[in-house]
Amino acid sequence: MSDTENQTPEEKAAAEEKAAAAAKAKAEREAAEAAKPAWEKDPVVPEWQEADGDSLVDALRASFGDAIGSARTFAGDLVLVVDRASIREVCRSVKEDHGYHLMVDICGAHYPEREVPGFEVIYIAYNFEENRRVRLKVEVEEGAEVPSVIPVWTGANWAEREIYDMFGVRFTDHPDMTRILLWDGFNGYPLRKEFPVEGIDTGSAIYPEYYEEQAGPVAGSGTGWQPPKEEEPEESDKPDGE
Amino acid sequence: MTDPNTPAAAPETLFGLEEMELNFGPQHPATHGVLRLKVRVDGERIVDAYPIIGYLHRGTEKLFELHPFFQNVPHTDRMDYVAAATNNLAYVGAVERLTGIVVPPRARYIRTLLSELQRISSHLLWLATHAIDIGAMTPFFYTFREREIILDLFEEYCGARLTLNCMRPGGQPYDLTAGWTERCAEFIEDFPSKIEDYEGLLTENRIWKKRTIGIGVLPPEVAMSYGVTGPMLRGSGIQWDLRKAIPYEAYDEVDFDVPVFYNCDTYDRYLVRMEEMRQSTRIIAQCLDKLPEGPIMAKRPRVLKAPKESEVYFGIEGPKGEIGFYIVGDGTPNPYRCRVRPPSFLNLQVLPEMVRGQLVADLVAVIGTTDIVLGEIDR
Repeated sequence: MSDTENQTPEEKAAAEEKAAAAAKAKAEREAAEAAKPAWEKDPVVPEWQEADGDSLVDALRASFGDAIGSARTFAGDLVLVVDRASIREVCRSVKEDHGYHLMVDICGAHYPEREVPGFEVIYIAYNFEENRRVRLKVEVEEGAEVPSVIPVWTGANWAEREIYDMFGVRFTDHPDMTRILLWDGFNGYPLRKEFPVEGIDTGSAIYPEYYEEQAGPVAGSGTGWQPPKEEEPEESDKPDGE
Repeated sequence: MTDPNTPAAAPETLFGLEEMELNFGPQHPATHGVLRLKVRVDGERIVDAYPIIGYLHRGTEKLFELHPFFQNVPHTDRMDYVAAATNNLAYVGAVERLTGIVVPPRARYIRTLLSELQRISSHLLWLATHAIDIGAMTPFFYTFREREIILDLFEEYCGARLTLNCMRPGGQPYDLTAGWTERCAEFIEDFPSKIEDYEGLLTENRIWKKRTIGIGVLPPEVAMSYGVTGPMLRGSGIQWDLRKAIPYEAYDEVDFDVPVFYNCDTYDRYLVRMEEMRQSTRIIAQCLDKLPEGPIMAKRPRVLKAPKESEVYFGIEGPKGEIGFYIVGDGTPNPYRCRVRPPSFLNLQVLPEMVRGQLVADLVAVIGTTDIVLGEIDR
């Protein structure tokens, strides 16, 4: 402060001018930064937003009450969490009352590190008139079953079989709850987080009459066949340092 | 729906003969890969069919969880291996929406160009194999001649002909090489006359019409409830195309039509795909005209991390239908979960509905018209 008090009026004016010039330059830089096209800026990471005012959410809350949990949007997609027991009725309403006729996909995900460890089954449906997708999610604990939505969308058949195949989540009233991509008798659910990427023993557990325990072929290591061992070369043949 | 072990309500059998169960595939050339069908036949009539899949399962969705976002692009090539560019686009599009990256215009146009070339090449392969399945040998030689030019264009752009790996989250890895646009324009100028040639061979061909009209009828409500998309849906009278409905890349800046036909049979699906190739030609010509200058890669972090607890679904119009990716991020550089929505998987599921009551010979035509790729179904 003492500096400014001791300054002559000329110096004061010069300092003010300097500060104004700096502010102007800064504003110009910011303006230039703002005027940059989006692809030259840092990406704007999308965030979750509550979707309480949405007409579909309100209508579903009115008819199903507590069965509809949180309703949020992320990157423009509406995501609803639905109670497991009422998923079939919610799907039916979404299709028949709200026009989401096209079943886009049904898939699963494994969340072993949540407070209640378990799975999610995700239903994606599309509305032709409103040109909009909706995602319904169901949380499933280990061992619990989800009502099948085949009566609503016939195409759910294979998708639900795949979830059973990959995660071990079973669906009630499914006419054909068998494995679809892996073979019958495979003893594991590959998309669970604890399933090892290098594979599991696929022999003894499935064909106990042919293989001893833990002695069958292991996925990722070929057939288990080993070439006959060659005699080891003598020490003196090896190069130095080995 | 169809359990192979319990017989369905017994239809009238001919001369008291019993129904027979046949295995069709997985090594049958007309099954386009390793599809196996358990077919129950009464003489030449199909009573029911039960597809058995999984012979090409490689655990791609598990592999996605192992690798960072940038390194996952080559996995997508190996799903629908005759249309790698559209797989790439669906994956990188999903990652970009998850992380908020905006792609520069030149990259968007190059992506549009590549996916439309890929659509033509996929449809050409479909036409060749579909025609050969039904018994027409000649279109195979014609279509592969043009497909070769497209593969050469791909090779010139990215070095690969089939597993392209030609897109990255954030933009394009390479710019177009010198003279590429001219060669592409030359091909596009020539190509409509080639479509005329194919159509001259098939569209008014009496045998072709006998083998396809009224075969494999798929009503629109059935198609929707099975999640059928792409040319199959448009052949069933629903004029819906993701390129128009939810435009991505440069599709809202070009002019094209969405063909639709209403008879829901194999012949109409053939017409839809032929018309789509014409529309793709139009799109490519406009993209070449409008191709902007500028950067091809957006500003992006060196290690791309998805936000915590984020998830996104992004679907595009692939040559076979809607190919989509559902990606869950957990704040690490790897996807926590990456689900592929393969169009062929959902399109194949409707096959038993289409072949019931048809002749065994028509089964081959119906498999051809669904345009499946087993690499994508089994993943």
